[in-house]
Order: sequence, then C-alpha cells, then structure tokens
Amino acid sequence: MKRKVLALMLAAVMSLALLAGCGGDNKGGGSGDEGGSPSAAGGSVYWLNFKPESDEVLQNVAKLYKEKTGVDVKVVTAAAGTYNQQLNAEMDKSNPPTMFVIGNQAGVKDWADYALDLTGTAIANELNTDAYNLYDESGKLVSIGYCYECYGIIVNPDLVEKAGHSMDEIKNFDGLKAVVEDIHANAATLGFDAFTSCDMDGSSSWRFTGHMANLEYYYEQEGKAWTECPATITGKYMENFKNLYDLCINNSLTDPKDLATGGHDASQEFKDGKAAFQVQGSWEFEGMKDSVPNATMIPYYCGVAGEEKAGLNCGTENCWAINAKASPENQQATMDFMVWCVTDPEASRMLVDTFGVMPYKNAAESTNALLADANEYSNNGCYVMNWATNFQPNVDDYRAALVSALNQYNADQSDANWELVRTAFVDGWATQYQAANG
Amino acid sequence: MKEKKITGGNTIRKSTRRWWPLFLGPVTAAFCIGFVWPFLQGIYLSLCKFRLISDAELIGFGNYVKAFQDASFTHAFWYTALFAVTSLVLINVLAFAVAYALTQNIKGSNLFRTVFFMPNLIGGIVLGYIWSMIFDGILSRFNTSILLNSKFGFWGLIILMCWQQIGYMMIIYIAGLQAVPEDMIEAARIDGATKAQTLFRVTIPNVMPSITICMFLSLTNGFKLFDQNLALTAGQPFIIQPDGSTIKTTEMLALNIYNTFYGSNSASQGVAQAKAVIFFVLVAGLGLAQLGYTRKKEVQQ
Repeated sequence: MKRKVLALMLAAVMSLALLAGCGGDNKGGGSGDEGGSPSAAGGSVYWLNFKPESDEVLQNVAKLYKEKTGVDVKVVTAAAGTYNQQLNAEMDKSNPPTMFVIGNQAGVKDWADYALDLTGTAIANELNTDAYNLYDESGKLVSIGYCYECYGIIVNPDLVEKAGHSMDEIKNFDGLKAVVEDIHANAATLGFDAFTSCDMDGSSSWRFTGHMANLEYYYEQEGKAWTECPATITGKYMENFKNLYDLCINNSLTDPKDLATGGHDASQEFKDGKAAFQVQGSWEFEGMKDSVPNATMIPYYCGVAGEEKAGLNCGTENCWAINAKASPENQQATMDFMVWCVTDPEASRMLVDTFGVMPYKNAAESTNALLADANEYSNNGCYVMNWATNFQPNVDDYRAALVSALNQYNADQSDANWELVRTAFVDGWATQYQAANG
Repeated sequence: MKEKKITGGNTIRKSTRRWWPLFLGPVTAAFCIGFVWPFLQGIYLSLCKFRLISDAELIGFGNYVKAFQDASFTHAFWYTALFAVTSLVLINVLAFAVAYALTQNIKGSNLFRTVFFMPNLIGGIVLGYIWSMIFDGILSRFNTSILLNSKFGFWGLIILMCWQQIGYMMIIYIAGLQAVPEDMIEAARIDGATKAQTLFRVTIPNVMPSITICMFLSLTNGFKLFDQNLALTAGQPFIIQPDGSTIKTTEMLALNIYNTFYGSNSASQGVAQAKAVIFFVLVAGLGLAQLGYTRKKEVQQ
C-alpha cells in the first residue's frame, strides 16, 4: 500500500514538472499574450527595454498607445545587467523583439546585421542632433539615440557652503582638492564627509571603471573623437585618473580598505546629507530632487591643463534599433510607435520625465536640473566630454580585471599596485581588443 | 501473488502490453525535450560559430582546439579538481561524523537533524552573498578581504559548501546507519569488538551504499558548482599579467564556461559550447568511475 502511494506521488511530481515546463512563458510581459494579437493595421510592436527603472512608465505609454490607436505594444524589460542574455534568447524566438536597444560599438558589432538601416526614416527626421546615433563600418545608421545622459561629480552646494567654502572655488582639480580635503579633515565636527562611499562591488564599481575611466579615454583622444575602437591605448592621462580616484577613495565616508565587497548605499548617503560629493550621473536626479533640491554637477577635474573649460560627460547607451528580420508590417508599426513617442505631447512628457531628455524636435522639455547643468557648460563654451568609454572592448571582462586591480590598490596604495591598475587599464585594453576582434 | 489471479491477470497483462506507449510516452517525450534534444544540439553547436543558435555555421573542431589552448580553462580545471576533492573529503567525513553522533540516542537529536539540514534549503546565490559579508566582516579587521587573496577565496568556498552540504549528506548517512541490523552490532559486542572495531569493520561496510551515493553527489556538486562561486568571489582576485591578460584565480569550470559564453565576442560562444561538452564528458566520466569503484566495496547483508 505504502509503495503504491509513493509511486502515485512520484508520478504526480513528474507530471507537475511537465506542466511547469509548459507554463512560465509569459513572464515580464505587460500586455498579455505573445507579441500581441495583430491589429487592424496588421502590425504590432514588441519593445525589449533595458532600463528597469523605466519599466512602469513604458508600460503606461504602451497602454496609452493601445487606447489611442488600437495597436498592441508589448514592453518587456530585462532585469538589471541581463539585457544581453535576454536579447540573445528573445531574438531566437518566433516572435522576436521588433524594437530593441543597441547601445554601443560592441553592440553594433554584434547586432548590426539584425538592425534596419534607419537613414532618412521618419524617426531619423525627428532628431535634433546626430550626436547620439550609432553607425556601423559601412555607414549604415544602426540605431538612434532616444535619450542622453551625463555624468560627473554631483555636488550638494549647501553642504559645501556649510563647510565654509563656495562653489566658485572649484574651477579645477586644485580647487576641488582643497575643498574636498578640508571637508574630510573636519568631517567629525561638520557631521558630513566629502565623498560618498566608493564601493567596488557590482552595483557601484562601474562608476569608476566605466564612468571615471572616461576622463582618461577622453583626453587621450586629443580632440579627435574615436569613431571605432582603437586596438591599443597609451594611458597618457593615467596620472590624472589617479589624481581624481585617489581624492575620492581617501576622502570618503568609507575606508578604502573596506570597499571590496561593498554594502554601502552611496546614493542614500548623498540624499541623507552625509556627504557633499558623489561620482554619479543625471539619472540620479529624479530620486534626489526632493532631498537635495540644489544639487548640481561639476566635471571630472583631474589636473589636466585647461580643464577650467571642461564640461560634463554627455552621451548615451540608449539607442533604438528596429529588427531587420521582423515582418514589414511589424517594422512599420514599430516606426509609427517610435515617432508617436517623440511627438505626442502626453507620451513624450511621460518619457522625458523618466529618461531625462529626448533629443527630438517635438519632444517635451526636460525638467532635469543636472542635464540643464550640462547644457549650461556647453553654452558657456566648455567642451563636452564624449563617452569614449563606450568603446571599452569586451567590456565586462575588461572592467572585471580593472576592479580586481583596484581592489588590491585600495587595500595597499603602493606604486607597485598602481602599476597593476595601469596594466589592467592600458594593456588589458589591447588584450581584450584582440580577444574580441582577433 | 502472481499465480493467484489468473483470470483477471491475463486481460490486464494483455492491455498493458497494448497501452504501454500511453504510459511511457509523456515521460519519454519530456526526457527527449528536456534532455536528449538540447544535449544533441549542444554537441552540434560546439562545432559551430554562432551568435543566435538559429543561425549557426558549422566550422568543425576549431572550437575544441581553442578551448584546450585557453590557459584560463586549464587553470579553472585544476582549481575545480582541487576544490572537488577537498570538499568531497571534508563534507563526507564531517557529515558521517555528525550522522554517527546523532544516531547515538542523544537527547534532542531530531532538533539537531533539522537545524543541520536547514542550510541546504537556502539558494546558492543568497548563500554566497551572505557568506561574503560574514567573511569580510571578519577579514576587514585584518585589513584584507576575501576578494584580495585566492587562499581566502578557496577556503571560504570550502567552508560555505561544507555548511550547506553537510546537513544533506548527514540525512543520507543517518538513513544508512539506521538500516544497519541491530543484531549484527550486538554480535560484534558479544564477540568483544571495541567501539572503533565495530565502526570500521561492521558499521562502515554496511553503510557503503550511502557512502557511494554521498560521494557521487558531493563529487559532481563540487565540479558543477556555479552560483556560490559567482556570488562569493566571481573569480577574484585576478592575476594581472604583464601583457594585460588576466587569470581569474578562483574561477571554477562552470563559471569559466559562463564567462566565455557571455564575456567575449561571438566567436567565443562556440568555444564556450565546446568547453561545456568537455565539461560534461569529464563530470560524467569521473562520476561513473567513482561509482564503479565504491560499488565494489559494498557488501550484501
């Protein structure tokens, strides 16, 4: 008897496993069934989004479009850091995304064959700048920017003034260093420190290996912006990277020796007024506008000659591409949807509020004060630091090696350990370039 | 039992013969869809260059050549082998010791069993992060971190795996120990055997089936380890070589395959696939060899 019951249970478990295999296909989707049922026009849109923080807004925009036009828009958002894996998997399905993100040159290399040439299309004509578009080697317009961002050092000017300084003192690296070191020295009496924690775990290391590293690449271009990934870099401005990096880790809330596994929430520290400076970007604005209303962003001052004229690091990894292997009806539906997104007042308002700004003629105005700072620097004749960092070859491996070297340097700031960082930074570039292209 | 119901039995047997595909079908289909087909496709893809598996281009054995030439793969192999052997020994010795202690009629042994078993219910990723915090909480007092020294990474992972696996193996050993006939042990005692003699000459030969299965599980677990490795160290610290390439000192085989697949260019996905096939052959071969060896030591009661 017992054995029969056991066998029955085993059989039940087995059939459950079978059923589980059949279900579970509908995760993440907002608007129900696969790919959306064909509408009157015959096409539907499937947008594979890569910004998890925008998912909710995009679902609402999709709903709005369905109400207004009757065309189905399915928005699926990849979990943070898994966009590439998800794109790989989704593109293989019978209903692949019609609209996806190709954000950098590495992406162009991998996905250009799957992207429609957008030259002269309706959406391309809506753009107000060509600065954020991505082209492949043959000159095909692979993807076009739908928003851009900027990064630098976010400052809480109220705290700087509370420490007896003024923002006018910070016009170059020496000025920044004097203010930062003074605040750090008096942190105990002031009740706040200079920089937020500079964690080296996965949730934070990109602020340094991806963003701050850009200052080295930017100056190394010597005014001639890279158009494709260089096979080697020289590391000529490594000293400047070191200047700013040292300043950050040695004048922050957390001892540099404790950064390896992280566990600190830098954004929260900044919002709570525990630190006056934070290495971050314009996307932080929505989250901090209530707690730090006067927040402003300054460039990466790092001791380069003439840096008084530096601006912020502006660029994007947010570029739309249309799937070249989708059906013509779906491609048309996707194109119509894109144009609607950047022209419809209501939709573009919603999108601009989550993205910060959209570089289109008829899109809503931006309310992001940090992006306004970027514009002001440009208007004052400062140079924009382009995102040369987007060229990092085999970006995940390259940055992982850099993190490992920086961990050793943080624990013991010796010259020998900085040599390791330099090796990972400069020689690592060449190695990864070979691995990616060899 | 068989010969009693001749009348009804014949018809039942006949219809069983006719209807067996219906009963076997779903399981066979599931097995094919879930295992056989992906496995065959995996072997095929290891001979291809591909980005999406739907347009793969056959290129022959180049991927295997590249996989064997990859220094990080050989490093990961020896590191994994060392890890698997160390954890195999530690987990089984400790699990057996705990199981032996808990079958000696200690008060509250049920509670102990439950508590020891519980770590096994926590997922590997969560466990990795929790332990990385525990280790770093201690190591930061000595101005270091688990990510800075590969020895810490190795023993940290061993501690984590012991903590997670000992409870599970303990349950299997307890079942084995309870199945050893009481009279056999009593006979040994009457014959004047010491406790140690009873343990090594009577008890252990009798729980050999449990030892076989536990060793098999911990060996394959050790080789296939992925989540805990990823969450605890993710291969750090790296040795940065003068030419800028890196050796990820605590990267195990499964993580190496994953990093190859997603880390580099599209040509490397085929290499990762080839590595995965090599990995399968390796794990299957070792597992079977170990099973064959310990089976020989089992005794019939």
